[in-house]
Amino acid sequence: MILGRLKGVNAFRLPTGGEIDRRRALSFSFDGKSYTGFQGDTLASALLANGVTLVGRSFKYHRPRGIFTAGPEEPNALVELRQGARREPNTRATMAELFHGLEATSQNRWPSLAFDAMEVNDLAGRFLVAGFYYKTFMGFPGWHFYEQRIRAAAGMGRGTVEPDPDRYERMSAHCDVLIVGGGPSGLAAALTAGRSGARVILVEETDGLGGRLRSERETIAGRPAMDWVARTRQELDSLPEVQTLTRTTAFGYYDDNMIGAVERVADHMPVPPDHVPRQRLWHIRARRVVLATGAIERHIAFPDNDRPGVMLASAVRSYINRFAVRPGRRAVVVANNDDGYRTALDLAAAGVEVMRVVDTRPAGTSDWRVRCEAAGIDIQDGAAVTKVHGRLAVIGCDIAPLDGSDRPRFEPCDLIAVSGGWSPAVHLHTHALGAIEWSEGRAAFVPGAARQAHASVGAARGTYGLASSIAEGFEAGAAAAEAAGFPTASRPEVPATDEPGQRPIRAIWATGDGKKRFVDLQDDVTVDDIALAHREGFVSVEHLKRYTTLGMGTDQGKTSNIIGHALMAEARGEPIPQVGTTRFRPPYTPVAMGAFAGGDRGRHHAPVRRSAMHDWHAANGAVFVEAGHWLRPQYYLAEGTPDGKAAMDAAITGEVRAVRHAVGLVDVSTLGKIDIQGPDAAELLNRLYANGFKTLAVGKARYGLMLREDGIVHDDGTTSRLGEHHYLMTTTTAHAGDVMAQIEWYLQVVWPELDARACSVTDQWAAMALAGPKARDVLAAAIDDGTDVSDGALPFMGVTTARIAGVPVRIFRISFSGELSYEVNAPADWGTHVWEALMDAGEAHDIRPYGTEAMGIMRIEKGHVTHAELDGRVTLDDTGMGRMASSKKWFVGRGMLDKPAFTDPDRPKLVGLVPVDGRTRIPAGAILVEDPAAAVPMGKLGHVSSSAYLSPTVGHPIALGFVSGGLERKGQTVWAVFPLRKLAVEVTITDPVFVDPQGDRLRG
Amino acid sequence: MIRITCPHCGPRDQDEFSYAGDATKTRPADPAAASAADWHDYVYLRDNPAGPHLEFWHHVYGCRHYVKVLRDVTSHAVLASGRPDETLEAGE
Repeated sequence: MILGRLKGVNAFRLPTGGEIDRRRALSFSFDGKSYTGFQGDTLASALLANGVTLVGRSFKYHRPRGIFTAGPEEPNALVELRQGARREPNTRATMAELFHGLEATSQNRWPSLAFDAMEVNDLAGRFLVAGFYYKTFMGFPGWHFYEQRIRAAAGMGRGTVEPDPDRYERMSAHCDVLIVGGGPSGLAAALTAGRSGARVILVEETDGLGGRLRSERETIAGRPAMDWVARTRQELDSLPEVQTLTRTTAFGYYDDNMIGAVERVADHMPVPPDHVPRQRLWHIRARRVVLATGAIERHIAFPDNDRPGVMLASAVRSYINRFAVRPGRRAVVVANNDDGYRTALDLAAAGVEVMRVVDTRPAGTSDWRVRCEAAGIDIQDGAAVTKVHGRLAVIGCDIAPLDGSDRPRFEPCDLIAVSGGWSPAVHLHTHALGAIEWSEGRAAFVPGAARQAHASVGAARGTYGLASSIAEGFEAGAAAAEAAGFPTASRPEVPATDEPGQRPIRAIWATGDGKKRFVDLQDDVTVDDIALAHREGFVSVEHLKRYTTLGMGTDQGKTSNIIGHALMAEARGEPIPQVGTTRFRPPYTPVAMGAFAGGDRGRHHAPVRRSAMHDWHAANGAVFVEAGHWLRPQYYLAEGTPDGKAAMDAAITGEVRAVRHAVGLVDVSTLGKIDIQGPDAAELLNRLYANGFKTLAVGKARYGLMLREDGIVHDDGTTSRLGEHHYLMTTTTAHAGDVMAQIEWYLQVVWPELDARACSVTDQWAAMALAGPKARDVLAAAIDDGTDVSDGALPFMGVTTARIAGVPVRIFRISFSGELSYEVNAPADWGTHVWEALMDAGEAHDIRPYGTEAMGIMRIEKGHVTHAELDGRVTLDDTGMGRMASSKKWFVGRGMLDKPAFTDPDRPKLVGLVPVDGRTRIPAGAILVEDPAAAVPMGKLGHVSSSAYLSPTVGHPIALGFVSGGLERKGQTVWAVFPLRKLAVEVTITDPVFVDPQGDRLRG
Repeated sequence: MIRITCPHCGPRDQDEFSYAGDATKTRPADPAAASAADWHDYVYLRDNPAGPHLEFWHHVYGCRHYVKVLRDVTSHAVLASGRPDETLEAGE
């Protein structure tokens, strides 16, 4: 009962044959209307089976368009697939496998597909030639206004704006032989390569193996060719080192024989099953590559050759033979090669009335033609289509002799099958910088010399015969395996095929005349546009492409480029190879961005680094901030306090006050820590740092500044001497990685004679700074091995070891906040244990944990520089630390310190800044100028590098910055302007040290 | 993605390495004797040959050794690689 109904609906479905499973009916919708197809259909074949031939509107003229091909080269039938978060525009209906519940929508039309208001563009077409918009609107004032509307009118469908709900994976693979394409030549290559024992990967774009054999009525050894395909697959599956990937497109051929491929794991299902990615990106590194990528048929540019019902002849055979669909009721076939006859025979066998085969070549004969004649099919030689009747669908065409000897005659039809010959799919070959050569006999570019380790076989090489393709595959697979070190047995015997003799193609690119002879259907580029480009001087193929947009659509001109280039060659009166062709670039077909991103999305985009004490911070009210990859406590909220501006200010103020008046504890584990050992460690440090390190005694720490070779400050930090030949260097959080790489550079490349080794220990040591007037009391109370930390035993810049809560720790008396301060390093696994011991010991003094905000405010109050100041532009002198540079030694960067630019008295130098009104915050990044009202562009005096919007110690906002002339301007006022936020703050230039300039507190 | 043969680890993908500059430049051996022009040359001046080029790559996500590489910048072909102190010639 149901089947009966389906049969009626699938009016264009053949009763038998094809690869579809007639027991598995699938319902789907197109533009809201429900249809039924079968398992094995593509969206395109299912639509055709239901008699739907109008599927889209063209890009520029909004002309009605139908299904033109049956493969990845489709220029017309682009639809929006799925709904909601999975909605995907510009999906080729010819590649979308049908599934139950599939929803597709036509695009680039309004209000409906059959009536599109923008079709007026088609009537105005005589004006909308190549370059029209630029010529017309560019000179006008308000181009940007027009541009927006022009681009909206030429839209290509809507992507979703919701996050992609699916997962994507990346996979790396290595193999001896990679074979791209599962057609006859690719299968043959996989067979011989696989039998050798080599690791073989075979990738095939569609859902099954066979290539063109799925769409033709070929035989191998007297049986249907697909039987041979099935047997071959069976053998390949039995070989343990052979992996076959279907639904996988090799989209790019990269350096050193790396192929990028995307596997559509679940695109053929409504929703990916649990734990299955939607797509998988493959990086395949192969010793040898066999390109069996086939060929792409092209059309002939005759008037109105874009009407729904005009279809490539190879696609017509695919729909009949693979999908059991009649793409029309009455057909005209037009071709410049023998595929016209092959197509006519397939049409006739499928019960389609073949009105005529129009052969553009002069009369001649071949086996194919004889078979056609025997079937009683009308043939007209030396003729072409001069007009297509019908707008939303083909209703007939006019056919006239090419020599003009007779008037055009009308032929009624609803299908025009066209073959203009084949172009080998040389895309991957040219990605790999392989040469291409024009073959006059085939009227196509074929692969020339390869630059990487690959070979093209079968139709990809211009070999169109079945037996010869299989023979080439056998040979190439064996040769590739042998080149990869796997000896092969003798080549298998090529099975018998039944291939009628063919007459060679005779190239013809365009016939008839008229404005609407389309070369590139996706971009609406016509024969006239090519002629216009030539007249206006855009005669190179690269200029032609950019002027007319030939080949710039999502199909990248797969069916059209050669036609356009050939027409340009004709216009220039030069042979095609001289005119050349544009270079193909990856990807071969569009690849979803999600596939490239893989798992690197959202929180997985970059690794998150957490300190050893992270969980304690989280449990104690920390609000975290990202610092590079690190998550650091920004400030701590009391239990039950909701976050907000006021709560944040209160927390930060409380934390600063605690440190300045009692004691606080901050996690500084993110600072880079590098362990340096060896007899020459001191010499290494002495060369790396601008200030002297030779005299540093064991048990002492020293602040150091490192320059780059060009004399600019690179990084700063403290380095401590732990033993005779043992140092611990600290770096800023931001530069931990590149300082390590620099040390490795000097030790390995520049000074290999130095006997010293360096190792990053950032992650091995948890670090915390105990700061404030009560810091010593707390530390002494926490230490349980009696280590003396009195000022005498552990003075400022002293280093010692001790035990806290049973854990051996290193203690460094150094200060970033400007208070009496101890940095305690504990083995990372014991970080929280030691932190808690210090917090417990500090309870008597109301110790508070503090975050990066309080730490930042206190270092600005103290005038300490950090990466905001050391931004890759400043010198030692600029920071006011020029006197630290040692004159007694050579150090990295010293050779450049005398550059005239470095001694320019007008260089901006470090200063402090306070608002004149005593309350307005000074925006970091603001530009310092004399007069904000001056005409732009105005001279710049410097910039604001760091800003403390509140300073509990000073009582008003403060900032650090660089101003031309530096402290010579002390007391003057300038303006800090931030034009993007329309801010201008008058500021007074002060000393950069706002708190305790003598340093009494930290020595206390 | 090119492949670079690390003298310590063997052939590895480019994404394990980071480019570390021109290997034809040598830092003045005696910095005190080097003139301002020597430093200028070492720090700033680089040739841009179309063809084989000597360069350093840092095997950051591997053994962390610097590798000297002779690479044709027009084809990306790695012609030779070795330790920083090796003299490289295009092999094979």
